[in-house]
Amino acid sequence: MSEVNHFRRVVLWWLLATVIATPLVVFVAAPGLPPGNGTVESSGQVVDNTVLLGLSTPVATAVLVYFIYALVAFREREPAAVLDGPPIRGHSTIQIWWLIVTSAIVLFLAGYGSIRMLDDGSGGGQGPNPIASPEGANHALQVQVIAQQWKFDYRWPAYGGVETPTLELPANRLIEFHVTSLDVIHSFWAYQLAVKADANPGVDNIAFVTTKGPMVFNIHCAELCGVWHGYMFEKGRVVPPAQFSSWIAAQQKQFAPATKNLGPYEKRYFPAPQRRA
Amino acid sequence: MTSAAKRTVGTLVGVVAVCVLIGLYIGLYLTNVPGSAAAVRTSSGEQLYLATVPAAALNDPHNTWVSYYAVNANSGNWRHVTTYTMPAHSLVHMTIYEYDTQTGLRNPFIAQATGTVGGTFTMNGKPVQAVDPATASHIFAIPEIGVSVPLPGPDSSAKNLCSNAPCSLSNAHVTISFTFRTPGRGLYRWQCFVPCALGFINGVGGPMATVGYMDGYIKVV
Repeated sequence: MSEVNHFRRVVLWWLLATVIATPLVVFVAAPGLPPGNGTVESSGQVVDNTVLLGLSTPVATAVLVYFIYALVAFREREPAAVLDGPPIRGHSTIQIWWLIVTSAIVLFLAGYGSIRMLDDGSGGGQGPNPIASPEGANHALQVQVIAQQWKFDYRWPAYGGVETPTLELPANRLIEFHVTSLDVIHSFWAYQLAVKADANPGVDNIAFVTTKGPMVFNIHCAELCGVWHGYMFEKGRVVPPAQFSSWIAAQQKQFAPATKNLGPYEKRYFPAPQRRA
Repeated sequence: MTSAAKRTVGTLVGVVAVCVLIGLYIGLYLTNVPGSAAAVRTSSGEQLYLATVPAAALNDPHNTWVSYYAVNANSGNWRHVTTYTMPAHSLVHMTIYEYDTQTGLRNPFIAQATGTVGGTFTMNGKPVQAVDPATASHIFAIPEIGVSVPLPGPDSSAKNLCSNAPCSLSNAHVTISFTFRTPGRGLYRWQCFVPCALGFINGVGGPMATVGYMDGYIKVV
């Protein structure tokens, strides 16, 4: 059996596996991937993951098909007569195509990822001066996320600077999170919202998200921050706008005594004192 | 028995012994719960007395660390435990004697009590909803059920301040009382939210980061 036949067989098996596996991955497996479709950004991440999986499936099948083919076709059936194989020689055409295809895939992914990231920030923290502001960012609802060992609080500059111990968001609204910390480095990770932003003391880390319908989402700290890091977990909710209005009004009333004690709204805080003595 | 058989038996015995030791280590780690204090049943609910001191007892391994204690207000019996047992779905009346002096809050928001019955607490017998953040010394909070109560401390210029546990009711202190309802059975963490670790960067190491001083568990049974 000639080497050329092996190559053709591998290519044919690879084509067959790819034609079967890629639609299964793209249309069956990928839509169920995290973080789901709770927000515009999470839907965007699902799309991105689908594109990545769709592109990587042919690559993965090529590796698997070649691996399995080699196990079957090149298996030594008579171990007593082990002989060295034919010497390996170069094949410039295959090498050139290998370079072209892999370069094209990598460059495409770099371009695709950059464009997607610059579109709306993909829910990631962008620091104090975001370059990927989604459309309508000037009218976004600002929510400050204040992390400390070991909990998150939320401050609402649009509602008299009230601070709340829980998080509710209005549906179908662009939210602008300002994430900061009072002590050590934390990370605000609202998984189903597709938001993840580091919380650093003295830093205003901005992340955008556009909510869709009502939902419950998990909030974790994603930065190992001390002995109770694992307990820095809570649930937030996206609710209809009218329900949100009622909720924030109730919070303003409940926390009126605390709000009187709060200083003016600031976008960053520094731990003070630096050391207790 | 041949030497090969002896080696096999020896290896097996060694493997079994190592497995038993590993199992014991894991078992002890998982079942090791620090000493606890239980709320005492009264006609109006469960009652638990705690105290917060500027430094643990002199015989404590960390006798410069700020700490909570479970106390018996009548007998003066102080126990250095931070796991507190109480029944599920019950009203718990908690009284905390705050002996540590005022340090102020990094986040003034937590100067207001939350999660208590009526959203209030009493400070030296006077009902209040929030305190001046500058007067707070510590916080008693059970985040999972939304309980958070600020603990104002005596002024640092007060006479007869207590330095190390155990303290006496004749020492300068503030008495804080509040009532909350326990959730269903489970293990809940409680902690202080004031970065009160003396001598540590940002006040967040030492007693703030070691279970048994400024944090612990609420064991709801």
